[in-house]
Amino acid sequence: MDNLIALLVAAPLLGAAVLLCGGRRLDKTGHWLGTLLAGLSFVIGAVLFADMVGKGAEDRALHQRLFSWVPVEGFQADIAFQLDQLSMTFVLLITGVGTLIHVYSIGYMEHDERRRRFFGYLNLFLAAMLLLVLADNYLLLYFGWEGVGLASYLLIGFWQHKPSAATAAKKAFLVNRVGDMGLSIAIMLMFTTFGTFAFGPVLSSTGESSEGMMTAIGLMLLLAACGKSAQVPLQSWLGDAMEGPTPVSALIHAATMVTAGVYLIVRSADIFNAAPDAQLAVTVVGAVTLLFGAIVGCAKDDIKKALAGSTMSQIGYMILAAGLGPIGYAFAIMHLVTHGFFKAGLFLGAGSVMHGMNDEVDMRKYGGLRKYMPVTFVTFGLGYLAIIGFPGLSGFFSKDKIIEAAFAKGGTEGWILGGVALLGAAITAYYMTRVMLLTFFGEKRWQPAPDPDKAPGVEPGIEVHPGEMPHPHESPRSMTIPMILLAVGSVGAGAFFGIGDRFVKWLEPVTKFEHGHPPIGAAAITSATVAVMVIGVTVAYLQYGRRPVPVVAPRGSLLTRAARRDLLQDDFNHIVLVRGGEHLTRSLVYVDHTLVDGVVNGTAASVGGLSGRLRKLQNGYARSYAVSMFGGTAVLIAATLLMRAV
Amino acid sequence: MSASAVAPAVHSLWTAAAEPLTKIPAPHIEYVQLSPVLIVVGAAVLSVLVEAFVPRKRRYHSQVFLTVLALVAAFAAIVGLAAGGYGSTKAHIAAMGAVAVDGPALFLQGTILLASIVAVFTFAERRLDPVHHGHKVDSFAAEAAAVPGSEQERAAAKAGFTTTEVFPLALFAVAGMLVFPAANDLLTLFIALEVFSLPLYLLCAVARRRRLMSQEAAVKYFLLGAFSSAFLLFGIALLYGYAGSVSYATIADVVDGSVAAVDPALAQTMGNDVLLLIGFAMVLMGLLFKVGAVPFHMWTPDVYQGAPTPVTGFMAAATKVAAFGALLRLLYVVLPGLTWDWRPVMWGVAIVTMLGGAIVAITQTDIKRLLAYSSIAHAGFLLAGVIAATPTGISSVLFYLGAYSFVTIGAFAVVTLVRDAGGEATHLSKWAGLGRRSPLVAAVFAVFLLAFAGIPLTSGFSGKFAVFKAAAEGGAGALVVVGVVSSAIAAFFYIRVIVLMFFSEPKADGPTVAVPSAFTAATITAGVVVTLVLGLAPQYFLDLAGQASVFVR
Repeated sequence: MDNLIALLVAAPLLGAAVLLCGGRRLDKTGHWLGTLLAGLSFVIGAVLFADMVGKGAEDRALHQRLFSWVPVEGFQADIAFQLDQLSMTFVLLITGVGTLIHVYSIGYMEHDERRRRFFGYLNLFLAAMLLLVLADNYLLLYFGWEGVGLASYLLIGFWQHKPSAATAAKKAFLVNRVGDMGLSIAIMLMFTTFGTFAFGPVLSSTGESSEGMMTAIGLMLLLAACGKSAQVPLQSWLGDAMEGPTPVSALIHAATMVTAGVYLIVRSADIFNAAPDAQLAVTVVGAVTLLFGAIVGCAKDDIKKALAGSTMSQIGYMILAAGLGPIGYAFAIMHLVTHGFFKAGLFLGAGSVMHGMNDEVDMRKYGGLRKYMPVTFVTFGLGYLAIIGFPGLSGFFSKDKIIEAAFAKGGTEGWILGGVALLGAAITAYYMTRVMLLTFFGEKRWQPAPDPDKAPGVEPGIEVHPGEMPHPHESPRSMTIPMILLAVGSVGAGAFFGIGDRFVKWLEPVTKFEHGHPPIGAAAITSATVAVMVIGVTVAYLQYGRRPVPVVAPRGSLLTRAARRDLLQDDFNHIVLVRGGEHLTRSLVYVDHTLVDGVVNGTAASVGGLSGRLRKLQNGYARSYAVSMFGGTAVLIAATLLMRAV
Repeated sequence: MSASAVAPAVHSLWTAAAEPLTKIPAPHIEYVQLSPVLIVVGAAVLSVLVEAFVPRKRRYHSQVFLTVLALVAAFAAIVGLAAGGYGSTKAHIAAMGAVAVDGPALFLQGTILLASIVAVFTFAERRLDPVHHGHKVDSFAAEAAAVPGSEQERAAAKAGFTTTEVFPLALFAVAGMLVFPAANDLLTLFIALEVFSLPLYLLCAVARRRRLMSQEAAVKYFLLGAFSSAFLLFGIALLYGYAGSVSYATIADVVDGSVAAVDPALAQTMGNDVLLLIGFAMVLMGLLFKVGAVPFHMWTPDVYQGAPTPVTGFMAAATKVAAFGALLRLLYVVLPGLTWDWRPVMWGVAIVTMLGGAIVAITQTDIKRLLAYSSIAHAGFLLAGVIAATPTGISSVLFYLGAYSFVTIGAFAVVTLVRDAGGEATHLSKWAGLGRRSPLVAAVFAVFLLAFAGIPLTSGFSGKFAVFKAAAEGGAGALVVVGVVSSAIAAFFYIRVIVLMFFSEPKADGPTVAVPSAFTAATITAGVVVTLVLGLAPQYFLDLAGQASVFVR
C-alpha cells in the first residue's frame, strides 16, 4: 500500500506532462485524459482510504521514500511521502472535488481553443497540491507550495489576452511570493535549529528549542499561510484571481491553493502549541480576515467577487480555529472539507449562471433565474443554506464548532474571538442571502449583451452577439452532475462528520484533541448562531427581497464604497508598499548610478585607456619586439641576481 | 639508470665524438619507450618521400591518411606505455639520459598528439573556399615559393598545385614537441626546440590568402625565435660552465651541493652561482618566449594573425603544451634547490602576463589578435599554477593545458568558417549579428568564449579553478587575486564578442558561414565535447593529471 502514494502525485503529473508536451494531436482527447488521470488519482486515494480505515487508529500513517533528493553531508532532503489521516483528508478533498471540477470544465471550456492546455494546468495544479499535502518534510512541501503558486499563476492568467487577467495572475504570483519568503525563512530557521526539516524530527523536538525561536518560526509559517490562503494582510490577490475561468476559481477556493495555508498551520501544530504568541497572532489574523472578507462580500455586485469575499471570510474561520490549538485543529479541517463542498458547488453554480447569461457577472443584471435554471437554482440553494449554517446542513456543524471553540479559548480573548465569529456568521447570512435573492429571485433585470470590444471582460469561447438579450438555459449535464454531487456533499457531509464527533476522532491521532469548555453552554452558543443567521437573512430579505433592485448600484455609504474597493486594500498597498518601494528604489538607483557606477565605469575607463596606450607598444616592428625581449631578459637576469643578493 | 649515479662531466651521447675513435660505444636506446616519437619522426620522413614520389593527384589523400595514422598510432603507443606503468612505477630516463619517460611526459605527449590530430583535420579542410579553377583548395598557398601576386602564383593556382608539404612539416613539429617536455638535458631541449620551431616558421608563411601578411608573420617569428634561441643557447652554455654538465640531474645535484668532484677543465667556473643564475634566467627566457609570456610575447599577436588559421590553432595549442611541459621539468627537476630564487621572478612574470594579456585584449578589433592576447593571459594563469611548486600545481597545469588546447583549436576552427569574399572575415565588426544568421556556429563559438572566460560548466572553469586553488595552497594567494582580477577584465572582451554576435543587428554585407567538411566539423565537435565534459565532470581527468604529476629524476 505504501507504494501507491507516489502514484497519487504521479497520475496528474503525468497528465500535465503529456497534455502540455503532447501538442495539437491531443486537442480532441486531451480533456478526457486529464479528467481520467485526476479520477485515477481519486480512485487510488479511495483505495488507500479504505485500507487506512481498516487499520487501528494509531498505525494508519503510511510512509514512502522514493530517493534522496539532496544527499549532502549535513543536509539531507528526501523525496518521501507521508500519508496520515490529515493528508488523507486533503487527498480525498483535492482529488474528489478536483475530479468533479475537471468534469465540469469539459463542458465549460468546450469552446475554448486552448482547452487541452487548460486541462494540463489543472492536472499540474492537482499534482502540486497533492505533493504539498503528501510531503514528509518541509522542503518537499515547499516544492509543492511553489508548484501550486506556478499553477495558479498559469490558470488565473489563462485568458492572457485580457490585460486584466494577465495583471491578476501577476498580482497573485507576487503577493504569494511574499508569503513564500515566509515559508523559506521558516524552513531555514528550522534547519539551523533542528538540523533537519523532516516533519517527524522537527515536530517531535519542538520542546527542545526556545519559545522565542518557535514563535519566530510560527510567525513565518503564518506569513506563508497568509499568502496562500489570502488572509489579511496578503489577501489582495484573491478578488482579482476571479479573472481566471470559473472552474479555476472553484478549484482555488475549494480544493487547492487557499486550503494550503490551513494545512500548513495544522501540520505544524506542534510548533504553534509551543509558541502561544504565534498562536494568538494566528487567531487575530483569522478573526480580522473573517470580518474583512465578509464585509467585502456584502458590497460586491460581481457574483464571483462576492463569493471570493466569502471564501476569504470562511478561510478566516479556519485560520481562527487553527490558532486555537488542539481545541480547534480538527474543526478547522472539518470546516475546510465542508467548505470545499459547498464553495465548489457555489462557484460551479455561479459559472453555470454566467454560462446561461452571456457571461454577465453583475448580479444586478440577473434576477428571477430560478425558473430558467432549476438544477443550478437547487444546487446553488443547497450550497447557500450550507454556508450560512442552516441547521442540519454541512456549514452548520462545522461553523458552530468553531464558534464554540473560539468562546472556549477563555478570558477576554475568548469573548472577543467568539463575538467576532458570531458577527461573521450574521454577515455571512446577510451577503449570501443577498447573492441568492439578486440572482434567482425578484424580477428580471437582464440587459442586452455588451459589445465585446467595449467590454473586454467577457469570457471568450462563447458566442456573444452585441445587443442580444440573454437566453438563460440550464447547463449541459457535464456541468450539472458535478454540481449535484457537490450539493449532496454540502447537505450531508456536516452531519456525517459532526454527529458523534466522527471527524474529530479520525483526526485525533495527528492533531490531538482537547474538549474546549466555553464559558456559556454549547446549546446557548448554537442558539445564538442560529439566531444571528436568521437576523442576517431577514435583513437581507428586507433590503433586497421586498424592494426592487436598481440595475445601477446606488452610491452607498462610505463603508459600502470602501468595501466595493475591497476595503481600500489596493490603495493601501499602493500608497505604503508601491510608493514606498519606489522611493526606496529611486534612492538606491541614485546611489548605484553615482557611486557604484562611477567606480565601475571609472575603473573600466581607466583599464580601457591603459589598454589603448599599451597597444601602441605593439607597433609591428620586429626590432621593437627584439628590444622588448632583450630588455625583459635583462630585467629577468637582474631580478634573479637581486633576489639572491637580498 | 639515473645519470647522477655515474656522474660524468658530460654524458656520453654528446661527447662520444670528441673522444678517440678507437671504439664507439653503441648508445643504448629504449626503442619501445621512445616509440611515440619514433613513429612520428618515421612518418615525417615517409611523408617527405610521399611528397617526392607520389603523383600530385594522390598526394593530398596519402598525406592526410599517413599523418592521421601516424598521430593515432603514436597516441596508441602513449596509451600503451601509460598502461604499462611507464607513467608511474616504471618511470625512468631513457636514451642514455637524454629523454625522460614519466607521468608528466606521457600526459603532455598524449595531449599534444590529441591536439595535433584535431588540428591536422583543419589542415585537411578543403571545402571552405569555392572551387578554384576546378581544384579544391585548402588554407595553404598553391606554391609557397611563388612571389605573391606574380604570374607564377597564378599559374600554380591554375594548375591546381597545393602545399601538401604542410603535413610533413606538421609531423616534424609534432615530433619536436613530443621531445620538448620530455627532454632531460639542455642540449636535447635545444634540439627539440629547433625541431619544432623551424617547421612552424615555415607553416606560418604558407597562407593562401593575405600572403604578404603571412610571410611577414613568418619572418618576424623566425627572427625573434632565432633571437630567443640565442639567449637559450647562451644560457645553456653558462649552465654547463656552472655544473660541468648539461644533464638535468647533474645540474640539480650541483645546485644541491651533492656533487663535489670538479672537472679540472671547469675548475674556474663550477659552482659559481652567478653563472647559474644568469644561465637560468636566459634558459627561462627562451621557454617564456615559447609560452608567450610578457614581455616576450610581442610576436604572438602578429604571428597568430598572419599565420594560416589552422596553423595558428595548432601552434597556439600544441606549442603551449610542449613549452609549459619543458618549463615545468626545468623548474621542478633541475632547479628545485633554487625555488626561492625563481619564484619571486616568476611571480613578476605571471602578474604582468595575466594583466598585460587581459588589458591589451580589450581594445583589439581582430578576432585572431583577440585570441592571441587571450592566449597570453592564459599563459599567465598557467604560470600561476607553475609557481605553486607543489604536485597539485603540476597536475593543475597538466589539466589546464589539456582543457585549453581543445578550446583553442576549436575556437580557431570556428574562425576559419566565418568568411566573406576576401577569405576569413576576422574583423570583429563583421561578426556582429552572427548569432541571428548562424545560431549554431555562434553558439559553439560562445561555448568556447565562455570556456576561455572560465565560466562554470566549461573546462575553462575547472582548469582555472584547479590552477588558482593550487597557487593559493602553494602560498601564492596574492597571485590568485591578480588572476581573478585579470579574469574579470578578460571576461569583458569574451562576453563582448558574445554580445556582438547575439545582440547586434547583422550587417547587410556581413560574412557568410561556410559549411565545413567532416574534418573541421569533427574538430569543432571534439572541441565542444571536451570543453563540456571537462566542465561538467572534470574529476576523472583531474585524477588522471594527478597520477601523472611526478617527475622522474
